[in-house]
Amino acid sequence: MVKLIAAAIGAIFCAALLWGAVQPRDAVVPDLVKKYYQHAEPAGFSFDNPIVGKFDRAQLQRGFQVYKEVCSGCHSLNRVAFRTLTDIGFSAAEVKAIAKQYDIPSLDAAGEPTTRKGLPSDNFYGPYANDDAARAANNNALPPDLSLIGKSREGGANYVHALLIGYKETPPKDWTTPDGLYFNVHFHSLNIAMPPPLNPDQVTYVDGTKATVDQMAKDVAAFLMWTAEPKLEERRRTGVGAVIFLIILTGLAYLSYARVWQSVKAKKTQV
Amino acid sequence: MSFPWAKHYEPKSGFMKYVDSRLPIPRLVYNSLGAGYPVPKNLNYFYNFGVLAGVALVIQIITGIVLAMHYAANAKIAFDSVEHIMRDVNGGWMMRYMHATGASFFFIAVYIHIFRGLYYGSYKPPREVLWLLGLVIFLLMMATAFMGYVLVWGQMSFWGATVITGLFSALPLVGETIQTWLLGGFAPDNATLNRFFSLHYLLPFVTLGVVILHVWALHIPGSNNPTGIDVKSEADTVPFHPYYTAKDFFGLGVYLTIFAAVVFFWPNALGEVDNYIPANPLSTPAHIVPEWYFWPFYAILRAFTVDFLFIPAKLWGVIAMFAAILLLFFLPWLDTSPVRSNNYRPMAKIAFWVFFADIILLAICGGKPAEEPWVRLSQLASVYYFAHFLIILPILSRIERPLPLPNSISEAVLKRQTNVGAPASQQLPGAGIAEMPATGRAQPAE
Amino acid sequence: MATQPHDDLTETGERRRDFIYIATGAFAAAGAAVVVWPLVNQMNPSADVLALASIDVDLSPIQPGQAIKASFRGKPLFVRRLMPAEIEAANKVPVSELRDPQSLADRTKPGNAEWLITLGVCTHLGCVPLGAGEGENRGDFGGYFCPCHGSHYDTAARIRKGPAPKNLEVPEYAFKSPTSVTIG
Repeated sequence: MVKLIAAAIGAIFCAALLWGAVQPRDAVVPDLVKKYYQHAEPAGFSFDNPIVGKFDRAQLQRGFQVYKEVCSGCHSLNRVAFRTLTDIGFSAAEVKAIAKQYDIPSLDAAGEPTTRKGLPSDNFYGPYANDDAARAANNNALPPDLSLIGKSREGGANYVHALLIGYKETPPKDWTTPDGLYFNVHFHSLNIAMPPPLNPDQVTYVDGTKATVDQMAKDVAAFLMWTAEPKLEERRRTGVGAVIFLIILTGLAYLSYARVWQSVKAKKTQV
Repeated sequence: MSFPWAKHYEPKSGFMKYVDSRLPIPRLVYNSLGAGYPVPKNLNYFYNFGVLAGVALVIQIITGIVLAMHYAANAKIAFDSVEHIMRDVNGGWMMRYMHATGASFFFIAVYIHIFRGLYYGSYKPPREVLWLLGLVIFLLMMATAFMGYVLVWGQMSFWGATVITGLFSALPLVGETIQTWLLGGFAPDNATLNRFFSLHYLLPFVTLGVVILHVWALHIPGSNNPTGIDVKSEADTVPFHPYYTAKDFFGLGVYLTIFAAVVFFWPNALGEVDNYIPANPLSTPAHIVPEWYFWPFYAILRAFTVDFLFIPAKLWGVIAMFAAILLLFFLPWLDTSPVRSNNYRPMAKIAFWVFFADIILLAICGGKPAEEPWVRLSQLASVYYFAHFLIILPILSRIERPLPLPNSISEAVLKRQTNVGAPASQQLPGAGIAEMPATGRAQPAE
Repeated sequence: MATQPHDDLTETGERRRDFIYIATGAFAAAGAAVVVWPLVNQMNPSADVLALASIDVDLSPIQPGQAIKASFRGKPLFVRRLMPAEIEAANKVPVSELRDPQSLADRTKPGNAEWLITLGVCTHLGCVPLGAGEGENRGDFGGYFCPCHGSHYDTAARIRKGPAPKNLEVPEYAFKSPTSVTIG
C-alpha cells in the first residue's frame, strides 16, 4: 500500500517535471554582456600563493598612497582603523600624522555637531557623510566602500587591478554606453559610473617607483587586499604550523591504529 | 550491551566503584564508546563519518559560543560586528573561518554518512528509528545552517532570508501571513535577525540531544556493516575500544588536516563573495545562490517551471523540495528488500550510483543561474530523484534476485582476504569489483 | 589498552608499540592545549579596545579653578587646574594626619603642581564624585564630594571625611607638552 501511494506521488512529480521539460523554451536572446565581459586576468601578486604568499610592504604603502591621493576622493574605507597602518610598515608617529589629516565628526560641549582631528584609534572617515550624500555627489551612483572590495568581488585583487586598467575608449559597435558612464570589460554590466581614475604619473611615489597606470592599479589592488584581509599573513603562518602538526599527529595515529589492528588482521590471514 | 559476549564494566578503584553505584557515567561511556560495545570487525572508512560529524558539531558549538561573545544581533551593526571579529578580536578571524568552513565540513561529513547508510541499507529493520533520528538531525542542521548564514547580514544573507521565507508565501491562503510571521515584518529586518540568532543558538543543542538519541538507537541493534548481514558470533566483532577508537582517531586526524588546510589557506573558497557586501534591501545581487550544501534541493525547487494540475509552478517547487527531504523518512518502508548491502544487490547498486551521479548533477544545476541547459537538466535530474526513491527502489525490492550472502561476517572477511576467485564471487562477472566500494581498497590475490 | 599476546611480538616490539601509543597521546594532548589558548585569549580586550587604553588630553582650554571630565578606559577622568590658594591649602595639611598619607607633590608631576589629574571614581564604592562640573558641590574641603555616602575629598583629591578608604586614584600619565598630557 505504501508503495502504491509512493509510486502514485512519484509519478505525479515526474509528470509535472517532464511536462515542464518538454515545454518549448523562449529563443535565447544573445547576451552582449556575456559576449564582451572578461574575467580578471591574474596580475601576479606577492600574496598569490595561498600557503606561503606574503604582502609586499613597500607595495602596500605605495597602494595606500594611491588610495589616499586618488580613490579617497570618492571612496570611503570605513572599516579600517588608522592604527592598523602600522601593520604595513608605517611608524606610530606616521600613523598619528595620517590620522590627523582626517576630520572626524564629533560633538562640542554644547552638543552641537562639530569635527575633531582624527586619532590612531579612529577609523578612516569620509569623503561623504552618508550614502545619500555620496549618491547626490556622484550622479546617483554610489561609490562603494573599499574596505572589503578585495573579498567582495569574484577575482579579488586581480579584479580590482583588471577593472582599473580595463577601460576601453570606444565600446564595440553593437554596444551602447550611455553618457556619464564608461565602457569597462571587467565590470559586471560593462558600463561603469566611475570615470577612468588613473593617469600615468598621477602620483609621485616616495620610493621612486615609476607610476604607470598598471603599477598604480596593482599597488592599490594589493593595498585593498590587505584592507579586506589584514590577518592574511598571520592566518597562513598559523596554518602552516597547524597542518604540519596535524600531519605528524595523523601519522602517529595511523601507526597506533595499525598496531591495534595487527592481531585482528593476523588472525584473518591465518587460515 | 547488545550482544551476550559484550564485556562488562568493572570499576577498578574504590573511587570508581563509588561513582558507579551513584552516577554510572563511566559505565555508560564504557558500554557505548568503550570495550563494552562490540562492533562488526569489517567496517570500512566510510563508517568513520558518524564520529566525524559528531566532532564537526562540537567544533561548531565551541566556535559558535566564542563568536556569540562578540557578535551583535542588530540589523544596524551585525555586519560591523562580524568585521570587528575578523579584525580586532584576538584570533577572531580564526574562530569565524572555523565556524563558516566548519558548517561546510559538517555537511560533507553528514552527506557521506547518509550515502554510506543508503549504500549499505543501514535504514532497514531493525534500524529504522536510527535512520529517522538521523533525518531529524539533518533537518535541524539545515535550519541551523540557513539561520547562521543570515546572521552575517551580508547581501547573500539578506536575500537568502528573503527567498527562503518567500517559499512559504507559495502556500495558498495562509502563505503571506506565514511569511510575515516568520520574518516579524514584511521584509527581513531586526526582528528577523534577532529570532534567527536566538534559534541559531538554540538548535545546535537540540541537535546534540537528538545525536544522543541517535547514538542510543544505534546501540540497540549495533552497527550495520558492509556485508549488511547480522552479527552472528563473537568472531564477527571486535570491541569498540581500542579497535574503532584507534581507527576513528586516525580518521579524525585526516579530517582535521584537510579542515585546517581549508580554514587557513582557502577560507573563503566555499563561500559567496557577495556576502562581504553589507545587506542592502534595495539592491538584489545578480545571481542569488544558497550555500553549496543546499544546491541539490535548490535545483529541485527551481525545476518546476510550469503550472500543472491547477497547482502553480511556484507551489510545485516548494512542495517538491520539502517532499525530496521528507520522502527519506519513508525509505525503510519503500525499499523492503531483505538484503541490506548493495554489495549483494546488483541492480540496486546500479540504481545507487545513478542516484549518486544524479545528486551531483542536481548540485551543479543548483549552483548555476536559471538558464538553459541547466533548467532542463535539473528537471530530468529531479525526475530521477523522485523516481529513484518512490518507484525504482520499491520495484527493485520485489523483482531483484540478490547474490548469495556469506554465512557470516567472518566468512566474508576471510573470503576477501584469501581468494578473490571464491565461488560466491564467480556467480556474476564483476563481483570482485563489487567489493571495492565496500572496502575502499581492492585486495590483490595472493 | 587491550593487551595483545602475540608470538611474533618481541619484548622490543611491545615497547615500541607502547611508545607509539604514548607519542600519539602526548601529541594529541599538546595539540588540545594549543587549541585552548585562542579560546581563552579571545576574551582578552580586543585591538580596538586596547587602542583606547591611552588617550591624549588637551589642557589649553582649562582655566585656573576649572576642571574637565574626560573618559578614560570607560571611567570618568577629572583634570583640574588648581588655583594658587588651593595649592597652598593642600600643602598646609600635615601629611601624617591623613587617612591615606600623600602630599600634593606625590600626586602631581614636578613643575606642574597646578594640574591635578585623577580618576573620578570614589574609592568607597565606585560612585562618581561631584566637584568637577561648574557649580557642583565640592564638599567641606573644596575638592570633590561623593553624594552616595558622603565622602569629602580636598583640593589634592585626598580623602578627608566620610567612608572612603583611599585618595582618588592618580592614573599613569606624562606631559607631552605644557598643554597636553597622555594618560595611560
